[in-house]
Amino acid sequence: MELDSVMLSRMLTTMTLMFHIIFAMIGVGVPVMIAIAEFIGIRKNDPHYLLLARRWARGFTITVAVGVVTGTAIGLQLSLLWPSFMEVAGQIIALPLFMETFAFFFEAIFLGIYLYTWDRFKGKWTHWLLTIPIMIGSSASALFITTVNAFMNTPQGFDLKEGQAINIDPIAAMLNPATPSKVFHVVSTSYMTSAALLAAIVAFAILKGKRGQYEQKALRLTVTCALVFSVLTAIAGDVSAKFLAEVQPEKLAAAEWHFETEEGADIIFFGTLNEDGEIENEIRVPKLLSFLAGNSFDTEVIGLNETPEDERPPLWIHYMFDIMVSIGMFVMAITALFVIMSKVKKWNELNKPLLWAIVASGPLSLIAYEAGWILAEVGRQPWILRGYMKVAEAATRSDDVGITFIMFALLYLVLGVMTVIVLIKMFKNSPAEAELEKRFPDGGGSA
Amino acid sequence: MNLELLGITVLWTFLYGYLIVSSIDFGAGFFAFYARWKKKDHIMNDLISRYLSPVWEVTNVFFVFFFVGIVGFFPATAYYFGTALLIPASVAIILLAIRGSFYAFNNYGSRESMLYLFLYGATGLLIPASLSTVLTISEGGFLAVSTDDKVTFLAKELFTSPFSWSVVLLSIVSVLYISATFLTYYADRANDRQARRTIRQFALFWSMPTIVASLLVFISLQMHNPEHYNKAVTEYWWMFGLSLLCFGIASWFIYTGKRYGTAFIMVMMQFFFAFFGYGASHLPYILYPYITVHESVTNETMALALVIAFILGLLLLIPSLILLMRLFLFDADYVKGKKK
Repeated sequence: MELDSVMLSRMLTTMTLMFHIIFAMIGVGVPVMIAIAEFIGIRKNDPHYLLLARRWARGFTITVAVGVVTGTAIGLQLSLLWPSFMEVAGQIIALPLFMETFAFFFEAIFLGIYLYTWDRFKGKWTHWLLTIPIMIGSSASALFITTVNAFMNTPQGFDLKEGQAINIDPIAAMLNPATPSKVFHVVSTSYMTSAALLAAIVAFAILKGKRGQYEQKALRLTVTCALVFSVLTAIAGDVSAKFLAEVQPEKLAAAEWHFETEEGADIIFFGTLNEDGEIENEIRVPKLLSFLAGNSFDTEVIGLNETPEDERPPLWIHYMFDIMVSIGMFVMAITALFVIMSKVKKWNELNKPLLWAIVASGPLSLIAYEAGWILAEVGRQPWILRGYMKVAEAATRSDDVGITFIMFALLYLVLGVMTVIVLIKMFKNSPAEAELEKRFPDGGGSA
Repeated sequence: MNLELLGITVLWTFLYGYLIVSSIDFGAGFFAFYARWKKKDHIMNDLISRYLSPVWEVTNVFFVFFFVGIVGFFPATAYYFGTALLIPASVAIILLAIRGSFYAFNNYGSRESMLYLFLYGATGLLIPASLSTVLTISEGGFLAVSTDDKVTFLAKELFTSPFSWSVVLLSIVSVLYISATFLTYYADRANDRQARRTIRQFALFWSMPTIVASLLVFISLQMHNPEHYNKAVTEYWWMFGLSLLCFGIASWFIYTGKRYGTAFIMVMMQFFFAFFGYGASHLPYILYPYITVHESVTNETMALALVIAFILGLLLLIPSLILLMRLFLFDADYVKGKKK
């Protein structure tokens, strides 16, 4: 591997995005959780849920801040590291990029209002209504920015003539074939991962001996949400696989180590590749890939051998696929188990192994989220604009990418560590019970 | 008005918006740190954070808006500025990142920390300086373009240019000046006499350097880019004249200690005329002499789509911004700290 400016630009973009998407995901998912908690709190007149919304909102401000600054970084890095790409694609995708900023602007305004008007309005619902523009803004910015990424996977809405884009149709570029499945998958996994992370925090608190009503209610709410969202995620994953089989077969084939085009294709879980490129140690489910690709066990699935060798994505993305899918299944199973156990009176859903499994699902979901994005992005290598422009043609020719990489690596290290420290301190210094007493002096413990 | 002129005007307006709101923010950060250092923070830091907390994110969006918009309207800027500015722009992003997140750590986090406040205050002055280099570079002379279109940034030329330093100077002092005049007004609304007295002194103190630095920029521009200078003094002299007039009125109100609201509007007008006079006289170049608005504008369909998106976006944003201002800027009880 040569560390030229192309490789370094890829590394820097990867690092920035992998760091940013953690906060972007929280930014999309947590407002929904806050809105749900406040809704239940007002509806049931239950201070526990209101406190939950407040405490989440407070932690949320920290992650939003980091999300905003890293988002600014990736926004500028697009032009700094991929100037040739932006010169061409800027003409075609400027609209969704622009609209993404609008959505973010909208969210920023209402988030500012939401955080500072908790006790300002007479009607409780007025304050809750503010969560709607926040959710619309955050999900809409996910939507718009995902259309840009979808466009890079399945470009359309322009013709390329001598390196110049002509006959541009901005709407067609936005509504490209990859957009629906991608947006669905991004939004559902963001909701799921956020819910799983919040559930993990509560489960951990309960394991540490905080077994008050506040914690129990929080756990039930977050785990139930995580279950619902993980089912949505599974559906979205299925939609995405069918989409890939049809439109971007080389990505699915590389992810599944599916080389020969055939009907009744097997799916491969786990496994390794030996030196001759043969698959070993795998779990093979006959014909399942065909079913995944087209709802019938006889669907023909295009193999990787159909793609010219210099246009194939690397085969290691299979591991990313494994990680993503198995974690998704694990989280769905654990959350389902918890919900079922909590319904049956005899069973104790607060048993240690289950709580630990819930604690694990938080970070695991985050890993799955990252793995999924790596799969999606590396799966379209070597293209930056699939079928039009390769990554190597798009990178900057500057000689300074190396030093820039180091500067940003340090920045993310500091930001990451500080965020964790500040968040932990923030909640340690103000335990839930104390805050409940202070804020809702009558009825705090009993409601 | 044709699309490219409309485009650049929209973008310039956003940059102007960023100039005003970010100056208030950057300057406030510096004053907050300074006050803490001089152990006067109890006088004004509550006031500052009451204003900043709900709006700091919005400030950042103005900036994002500008750079997303300029690449959209004028994609060639991505190539030239993008290639050339890797290091300076990365430094600016890192400073912005430190500032934004440390603001949140300090204000929403567990406790206030002197170190956070220092980073917040110091970056508040360094960011305008680093961002202003982009404006300097747009005057030409700091990029080398080889025959195969490879763009190189001539850092040494930039660091030794009197023009670039005068722009840096102007950006820093005007940040402090704009911020101080706004905070004087805000303190006045809050009926916080002590804070008002302190900040009013800042406003008066920074007014003179602002004018001196502006003159320096003019003089060094004449040496650096005579074409631009000539256009500024012959065609747009009246805008700079109006700017000076507004400065005079603003200073008078602040000096006599009344009508701080009008004074701040005058400061906004002062910078409005200067900024638009500067921008208009720089046209048709975006990056002298490589990019002009006419040659580099995006295709017509996209430009039109952007303008439509922009108008629809404004229909959404303006009412929301008014709501934000009514809740936190013009709500007397909130400003006085009686409401949370």
